Amino acid sequence: MIQFRDVHYQVKDKQILTAINFAISTGEAVTIVGPSGSGKSTILKLLAKIISPSSGSIEVNEQNISTLPSASYRQQVSYCFQQPVLFGKNVRDNFQFVYDIRAKEYYENHVLETLASLDLKPEILDQEIADLSGGEKQRVALARNTIFMPQVLLLDEVTTGLDLTTKSLILDWLADLNAKQNVTIIKVTHEEDEIAASTRLLEVNEGRLTENGK
Amino acid sequence: MENNLAVTPATLVITFALVIFAMVISYKQELGLTKDIAWGITRAIVQLTIVGYFLKYIFNVNNISLTLAMVVIIILNAAWNSSKRSNGLPNSLLISILAMTLATSVCLVVLIASGSLKLVPSQIVPITGMIASNAMVASGLSYRSMDSLFRDQHQQVLEKLALGATPFQATKTIIQEAIKTGMAPTIDSSKTLGLVSLPGMMSGLIFAGVDPVKAIGYQIMVTFMLLATTSLSSITVVYLGYKQYYNDEEQLVR
Ligand SMILES: Nc1ncnc2c1ncn2[C@@H]1O[C@H](COP(=O)(O)OP(=O)(O)OP(=O)(O)O)[C@@H](O)[C@H]1O
Ligand SMILES: [Mg+2]
Repeated sequence: MIQFRDVHYQVKDKQILTAINFAISTGEAVTIVGPSGSGKSTILKLLAKIISPSSGSIEVNEQNISTLPSASYRQQVSYCFQQPVLFGKNVRDNFQFVYDIRAKEYYENHVLETLASLDLKPEILDQEIADLSGGEKQRVALARNTIFMPQVLLLDEVTTGLDLTTKSLILDWLADLNAKQNVTIIKVTHEEDEIAASTRLLEVNEGRLTENGK
Repeated sequence: MENNLAVTPATLVITFALVIFAMVISYKQELGLTKDIAWGITRAIVQLTIVGYFLKYIFNVNNISLTLAMVVIIILNAAWNSSKRSNGLPNSLLISILAMTLATSVCLVVLIASGSLKLVPSQIVPITGMIASNAMVASGLSYRSMDSLFRDQHQQVLEKLALGATPFQATKTIIQEAIKTGMAPTIDSSKTLGLVSLPGMMSGLIFAGVDPVKAIGYQIMVTFMLLATTSLSSITVVYLGYKQYYNDEEQLVR
């Protein structure tokens, strides 16, 4: 259960979000739409606790997230950036990292399963970051967010610029997570077909929520 | 170490003539350095004269509190200079003071306790200067490297935080790199000691007529000390400094 209560966000004098109110139940799949610069990514970053509201509050399971320990909260409400950046030398380093920060031993079999579910081959683990294609990078980033399955997945235009096959692969994969593992999914997109297929829509215009429903 | 070391007035006059020569060349060739050279030598003469008489006074008085006051002044100066390299990091002056104090006091205590150094100003003041200036350079390098790494790896750090890393986990590679950068010059120069240059302290002792083998003993001690100093000061500023890039909600704020 996610609840935005009168959330405002401003940087210096610039008002970026104004009076945002909405609630999302556990297991829902929500699509956020709106013109470029309207504040969609900002909403996801607020929810991921990458930034904090200037006023108002964000609650998850009835707790104000500003009072929750950030690192463990972010492991449960996992944000995948618009144009994600991989780190380290090769792809494996990225998966190693999500184990390391949880003080868990790296378990490659599980990583390989996740990669396979996104149609990525085992060899990709040894590939250098710079050599990956855009679609591969995007899928590795998604795998990185879901090796340890979060309760909420925040996806910022993860299908933008991908070919149709990769795009529908990712969408099916997400639908699967949502249906079988009850992961709440909130995604931002500009893609017409995704918008048409979505079950619930939030529309943002110039920092205000202008539609909340379908 | 009483000896007959002295610079004759004739030497000073002749070397000064060489400086004038350099200024004339700079003027004729329009290098635009004439003013800089003049300013440089004026400052050198004035500062060194003052320091010379000041040290002579302090050495003569040989008073512990005066010596310690001198140590404090050196530390504060070094800290001030090192913190200027941090690009306006909050609390950097405080962090630098802590780092300089830690590095200097650990080394001084060890040297005094082990009997290599006596609590007299003519030994404490120059050694403190040597330690503090190395700590200053090392910590300044660490600050600067940390800041540029945070800038270059901004998005990476954000991704790591978003994956649920603590600030320390998200910054670990930056921390390691910044400490290495701070210590690198000291480590590099310790590798070429005696081969490329005879370091200042050793040269000075040999110049003053001390047996080179004894002088080397001192130099080895100084090398140990400088390695300890640079690591202590770099580690301190980086470990305390990286936290200033985050707020208490573990968000990257710089
Ligand atoms: N830290 C910041 N400082 C200044 N302005 C900011 C900051 N963060 C966001 N903005 C501004 O807030 C507005 C909303 O940004 P946001 O990234 O949320 O847009 P968006 O809806 O995701 O757009 P797009 O579809 O292009 O990704 C933009 O005008 C952006 O320039
Ligand atoms: Mg965006």
